[in-house]
Amino acid sequence: MTAPVTTQDELVGRGNKEGGALFRKWFRELTTAAERGEHAAYVFVMGSLAEILKAFDFHLVFPEINSLQTAVRKVAHEYLSEAEDYGYSPDICGYVKADVAVQLRGGEHPMGRIPKPSIAIATNACNTYIKWAEIWERFYGTPVFTLDVPGSRSMAYTRDDIGTEEFERDRRYVEHQLRELISLCEDITGKKFDIDKLREVLHNVNVMSRNWTRVMDLNKERPAVFNALTEGTIYLGVANALRGTPEGAEYFVRLVEEMEYKVANHIGTLPEEKYRLIFVGVPCYPIFRRFYELFAEWGGVFVQSTYLWFASGGFHRGFQYDLEKPLESLATGILLTVSNAMDSMFFPNRWLPTLVEEYHVDGIVFHPIKSCRTVSTGLADTRRAIMNETDVLSLYIESDMMDKRVVSEAQLKNRIDAFFEGLATRKLHAGAA
Amino acid sequence: MAYAAGVDVGSTQTKAVIIDEDRRIVARALTDTGANVVRAAENAFRAALENGGIYEEDVAYVVGTGYGRYKVTFGDTQITEISCHARGAVHMFPGTRTVLDMGGQDTKAIRVSPDGDVIDFVMNDKCAAGTGRFLQYAAMALDIPLNEIGAIALDAQRPVKISTTCTVFAETEVLSWLAKGKKIEDILMGVHRSIATRSIGLLRRVGIEQEVTFTGGVAKNVGMVAVLEELLGFKLNVSEESHFMGALGAALFAMDRIMASRSPVAREV
Repeated sequence: MTAPVTTQDELVGRGNKEGGALFRKWFRELTTAAERGEHAAYVFVMGSLAEILKAFDFHLVFPEINSLQTAVRKVAHEYLSEAEDYGYSPDICGYVKADVAVQLRGGEHPMGRIPKPSIAIATNACNTYIKWAEIWERFYGTPVFTLDVPGSRSMAYTRDDIGTEEFERDRRYVEHQLRELISLCEDITGKKFDIDKLREVLHNVNVMSRNWTRVMDLNKERPAVFNALTEGTIYLGVANALRGTPEGAEYFVRLVEEMEYKVANHIGTLPEEKYRLIFVGVPCYPIFRRFYELFAEWGGVFVQSTYLWFASGGFHRGFQYDLEKPLESLATGILLTVSNAMDSMFFPNRWLPTLVEEYHVDGIVFHPIKSCRTVSTGLADTRRAIMNETDVLSLYIESDMMDKRVVSEAQLKNRIDAFFEGLATRKLHAGAA
Repeated sequence: MAYAAGVDVGSTQTKAVIIDEDRRIVARALTDTGANVVRAAENAFRAALENGGIYEEDVAYVVGTGYGRYKVTFGDTQITEISCHARGAVHMFPGTRTVLDMGGQDTKAIRVSPDGDVIDFVMNDKCAAGTGRFLQYAAMALDIPLNEIGAIALDAQRPVKISTTCTVFAETEVLSWLAKGKKIEDILMGVHRSIATRSIGLLRRVGIEQEVTFTGGVAKNVGMVAVLEELLGFKLNVSEESHFMGALGAALFAMDRIMASRSPVAREV
């Protein structure tokens, strides 16, 4: 994947193809790790601490990604039923239940085999994380390291806060926790911590993050060069699964190359872009393709998605680690990105009005989901706030990220069609004015 | 003279409306939807043609709406019932700013701009609580014709409180109140209040702005109209054509297309 290419056929769609290939390779490596009994770390997308774990050669397992993959591959219902038969309530997070079933099946997963955890990392970014990690602790006696990211929600730090007394106090607190994690990793793996290896990982994260920001910026162009709901989720998967790896870094460099080519040649992700939209929430994985089509058939393209922010742990901020001060800088980055991921989830109204302007947005789609009240609670408030602040049309549709029992395609279509009828009328009136 | 038609294929009934170039209703028809949705649409349309003495070839444009809109195989295009109910309501009552449409399986609240555009809407979730189906189950449990329950409910002296929000369990709860010796009118008023309360919840989500126009089959229920007006504290717009409001809106959109095709610069509507 290093030879330079310039032809349209080779460039356009390359990110999707290579992302899929990297993803499959990652699962193959997990399968091998499971067979060999190699160390695996169970981590979450908001605050994975991949930087430290990669420095110890842990295989990263993202149970959230495993679970959503069962939905994308249309077998989530089997896993959900198994966990419910085991005794988990239908009201519990679908991701948790699918993972419980994966564990009950000894790691059997449609993408391969998932190794057992040597360590689990939870953060306070999602209140379910901590309860979820306790399940592995009960199942396997897995050591659970919970990273406490200080700061109250809606008051997340920004770069301007760096150097202030409060920020430095919190940074030292996070750095202290990172040192504790390093000791724990040394105990589990029997390896001595290598700070130069951490520097390599941080360098790769810097490259990925910088280029990820560039990719998102390029979607401000008309036509949009990628769909944040579908293609964006592929990029997001690589951002999480290959965080800090040379392959991940190279992938994003090449992704920028593709997107810049598309911008230069006016190649949009849709044949005819009519409406530019922002997606707020978690995708509808049980009918992932169809959900996209319900919008694409009207010429609707998602140019941005808050999912790409919070589910990447704030990666979109493009934070660059200082390799001269690896641990200190990692702590700074965590304070700025993980807390921002939480805010992206709970207070997206802070950024949406600006995005509407920058991305030339016609409408916002809010998608609360049944099985995750954490991400869904508050979307109604956000929507009201946006409606008060802007005159952009919005749609509020509910389904689920895992459970097709609570996904009604007919009802979704009805609401989505009505939303586009409203957008069409608005455009018509704007054109007549 | 060209005519335009709207065919609203609902979950329970299918409605067809034909209007003339002055946008006056010249024919209407109503059939049960049943299992064959395509035939229901055809039957309603043919019945409307017959009722109005109109030749099919004189109907220049047909818009299908309702959940079965894509089954209106002879239709020229499809538009959601959300847009159509809003359009019909604003046409009948130009002061309309909020629409409550209560049908057989869904209830929707729609907020419209002064020029009749849909600003926002919400619908009941994937559940028939708070819809006409809830009333139907209660009527069945009490063995009373559906079209009589509203008037009977108005005789209530001490309405019971229906606590379930589930249509399926509503029947059980109605029977339990009967077993406790409660009067039928008190039980029915409880059912009406339960649905009205949920519907007002939907209205609040889009923001209640007067005038409010009540559409859909349930708008024919005098008990429901009375309870909604009591709980809201103001009068609702209720038309004799409330049942046909979606089909009327569809027909109005159809007439727009006819007129647009005649204008020097045909516009995409």
